[in-house]
Amino acid sequence: MFDIPLILASEGLINGAIYALVALGLVVLYSVTNVINVAQGEFVMLSALTVASLRAQQVPGTVYLVIAGLLAWALLDVAKHLRSRAPMKALVSLAWPLVAGASVYFIVLLASRASLPYLVQILLAVGLTTLLGPIFFRTMIQPLPRASVVVFLILTIGLHLALTGIGLAFWGPQPYTLPPFQSGSGLRLGAAYFGPQALWLLAVVALLLVGLWWFFGRTLQGKALRAASVNRLGARLSGISVVRAGSVAFTLSVFLSAVAGVLITPITKMAYDFGFMLGLKGFIGAIIGGLVSPVLAVAGALFVGVAEQFTAFYISSAYKEVLVFLLIIPVLLVRSFQHLDFEEHVE
Amino acid sequence: MKALFSPGAARYIRGGLLALFLLVMVLLPLLASPFTLRLANVIGMYALVAMGLVLLTGYAGLASLGQAAFMGTGAYTAAIVASRYGVNPWLALVVGIVLSVIIAWLIGLVTLRLKGHFLALATLAWGLVITGILRNWIPVTGGSTGLGGATGHRFPPLSFFGTELRGDRLYFVLVWGALLLVLLLTSNLMRSRVGRAIQSLRTGSVAAASFGVNVQSLKMLTFLLAAAFAGLAGGLYAFRERYVVPGIASLDSSIDVLIMAVVGGLTSLWGALAGATIFVLLKEQLQQVMPLIVGRTGNYEIIAFGLIVIVVLQRARRGLMPMLDGLLPKPPPKPVKEQAAPLPPGPSSNVAQGEALLSLEGVGRNFGGLAAVHELDFDVRKGQITGLIGPNGAGKTTVFNLITGVLQVSAGQIRFAGQAIQRKPPHAVARLGIARTFQHLNVIGSMTLLDNVLLGAYARTRAGLFRGMLRLDRAEDESARAEALRQLKRVGLGDDPFATADSLPLGKLRLLEVARALMADPVLLLLDEPAAGLRRHEKEELIDLVKRLKAEGATVLLVEHDMEVVMSLADHVVVMNHGQKLAEGTPTEVRRDPRVLEAYLGKEAA
Repeated sequence: MFDIPLILASEGLINGAIYALVALGLVVLYSVTNVINVAQGEFVMLSALTVASLRAQQVPGTVYLVIAGLLAWALLDVAKHLRSRAPMKALVSLAWPLVAGASVYFIVLLASRASLPYLVQILLAVGLTTLLGPIFFRTMIQPLPRASVVVFLILTIGLHLALTGIGLAFWGPQPYTLPPFQSGSGLRLGAAYFGPQALWLLAVVALLLVGLWWFFGRTLQGKALRAASVNRLGARLSGISVVRAGSVAFTLSVFLSAVAGVLITPITKMAYDFGFMLGLKGFIGAIIGGLVSPVLAVAGALFVGVAEQFTAFYISSAYKEVLVFLLIIPVLLVRSFQHLDFEEHVE
Repeated sequence: MKALFSPGAARYIRGGLLALFLLVMVLLPLLASPFTLRLANVIGMYALVAMGLVLLTGYAGLASLGQAAFMGTGAYTAAIVASRYGVNPWLALVVGIVLSVIIAWLIGLVTLRLKGHFLALATLAWGLVITGILRNWIPVTGGSTGLGGATGHRFPPLSFFGTELRGDRLYFVLVWGALLLVLLLTSNLMRSRVGRAIQSLRTGSVAAASFGVNVQSLKMLTFLLAAAFAGLAGGLYAFRERYVVPGIASLDSSIDVLIMAVVGGLTSLWGALAGATIFVLLKEQLQQVMPLIVGRTGNYEIIAFGLIVIVVLQRARRGLMPMLDGLLPKPPPKPVKEQAAPLPPGPSSNVAQGEALLSLEGVGRNFGGLAAVHELDFDVRKGQITGLIGPNGAGKTTVFNLITGVLQVSAGQIRFAGQAIQRKPPHAVARLGIARTFQHLNVIGSMTLLDNVLLGAYARTRAGLFRGMLRLDRAEDESARAEALRQLKRVGLGDDPFATADSLPLGKLRLLEVARALMADPVLLLLDEPAAGLRRHEKEELIDLVKRLKAEGATVLLVEHDMEVVMSLADHVVVMNHGQKLAEGTPTEVRRDPRVLEAYLGKEAA
């Protein structure tokens, strides 16, 4: 009699683990940089479709995105150095992105021609997508050092539109599928069945969670990020570069989304506009964690995944999304009664 | 840079542009092709929605990602009520607006107490929820195929004295008439008491509350207005097409509206018109051009719009209309009628000279387990200047926040003129006659000195939303402006009341904040580290001012770091250290107290 709940819970856990990666990325980014990244889900899409291109022996569009980003980076730096009358520095800052862009291009070109093992293609796609992290930080966020949360929010909506459109331009409207990382039989727990890809997914997500816990709790870089999120001025006074912390946070959050993309696509397929919905569900998880607590965000994301399966089965599959998004109402309601002091909801 | 035109000429140039715009408005329905008129109507409806967003995001600093959802609510409600229940279309339009406003109210209740961006996330969620409902509640909404149009529902048009408003030519008059009316009412509002208060929300809720603004209700009011504009646009949309589909409520449409407002200029009502025009026309073009570039059909225009948003925010944050406005010569400011009737006085107290006006009794405040303030007692006496001093981290700012209601006390009582005020919210404390200045300045740089000072009159004036919109507040406004000029002169800033605040140095801005606080005609004036960051002559100017105020009978609580300022001003000094009272007395007594010397200078000095 518990068969159906068990199946639903296992399905929900798998989706929830993906939302958790997105939610964690959002929380890390928001707490370090005040940026709420509406485009978080687009990176899920980019990494998955990059693998699809590599498997079809094509140069993935992501490369051109990286190159365009590097060019914008170079232009910003050149302008900065010219303004401060440092032509040599300007030359250098023009040179390295060009070299980097060209090398990335040729590496990926060769990689797409060679029949690389699937797992190498996956790592390459995740790496390539992750490169967009520092690039977007430098070209989008860093030029606006003192912008408000609302301005950043609108900015990332622009990023979401641009990336969705670019995804459509490079890959077209059709969904792509990827093979599981490994073939073979899965694991059966009563009525619940975890296929090989689901096991990979859960294992990688678990590993990443442990890795992040270690990174933020044990390493200097991680502690610096936490310090920057608690108090920017204080962090700067202790010699932590807020710019660097922002760049690392952006890179980390893009990396998490990129990993999510290659993990989930063998199970659910991926098209240019699927990433956004995944991103939004991650948002619900992150909001449950108040956008600041990583642990609650992961718990919230898992809850969203499971709740989605149960409402789809027991209530209505048509209204599944409606009910998931309505989840944030009680969460916000509870949060809005926690604050008694006037100052706490003031930036 | 010297102005190219005299202010008089500026008035003609601006007037000329307005006349040209109105001429186009008259000629368009007479001469334009049906296709142009159709586009113009779409522009008009979206401009209405975008104008709400300008109010909400540009003026009040709150973002909404669900304005199209309110538009959809208005459109569907009007459509369902009119086509299924045969209700008069005009009435159906009103019902649509009312339902949009009610839903906005519910969303506001849940999110407006939280940080601003939660409103954006909640409205985004609402957009997804309503599209889901519209697509799936087929018996009522018709599902994805929508209502009306080819689906065969009877869908009556709006009619005006027997003339059915069909076709884009007649409809143009309706849409643009409504738009210009809303524009007029809203721009009146923004120049009124309520409008100025809405603009002050951007600088932070604490500042707005210190003028007596109930920040929550004002944010709610702004949000409801924005929803009402969107609901109206939705109703107009429904009756133009006599066909509604779920797409109009979608997140994509909400984002479209946001792009319009950002491009046109978030701080300009005209920007909403400009932004909507640019967006709709550009989209037409891009939908033709982009597929040619990509070599495939699809909605690639979103790439261009995404990049436009990013570039505008990075390079031209103010948007188009405010930039154009900056290029045009400024019109001459409206002169202040100094002989206008005086404003009613502020609140009064029946406390006698020299008696305790404000009393702290056993006040404590803990943060987590840490006691920032502990068992603090002191009085501020009527007609005196009380100085609250102490080394860094002594808890002075916390005390300030406890008195003004920004923080809640953990223990004890704060009495003002005999009344316990420790449970009152900041705006209620302000309305009792406690005005304050800020250590970290809270002036609106883009506003004139006069307008900044006018903010301080919020609690002393009455004109509400409708009087502001209909300009029935002129007499009161004249009185307030005359009073503001008097206060500016009182602090020595009367020379150029129409300069913008961002042209002033720090010292003058501090005086501006004092003038703003005086505008409330307060019973008690709280000055939060007024000398911080001031140069010597600025400090002297400040000391002179506070001395003059005292001579005029003001009661002042001065929280200050600077010993020189406190010692030369205060009648009575309270010294804090580690959250507790260390000593109190006259400046001379306190200066000799060995405990005070130790706290400030270390053991050896004592």
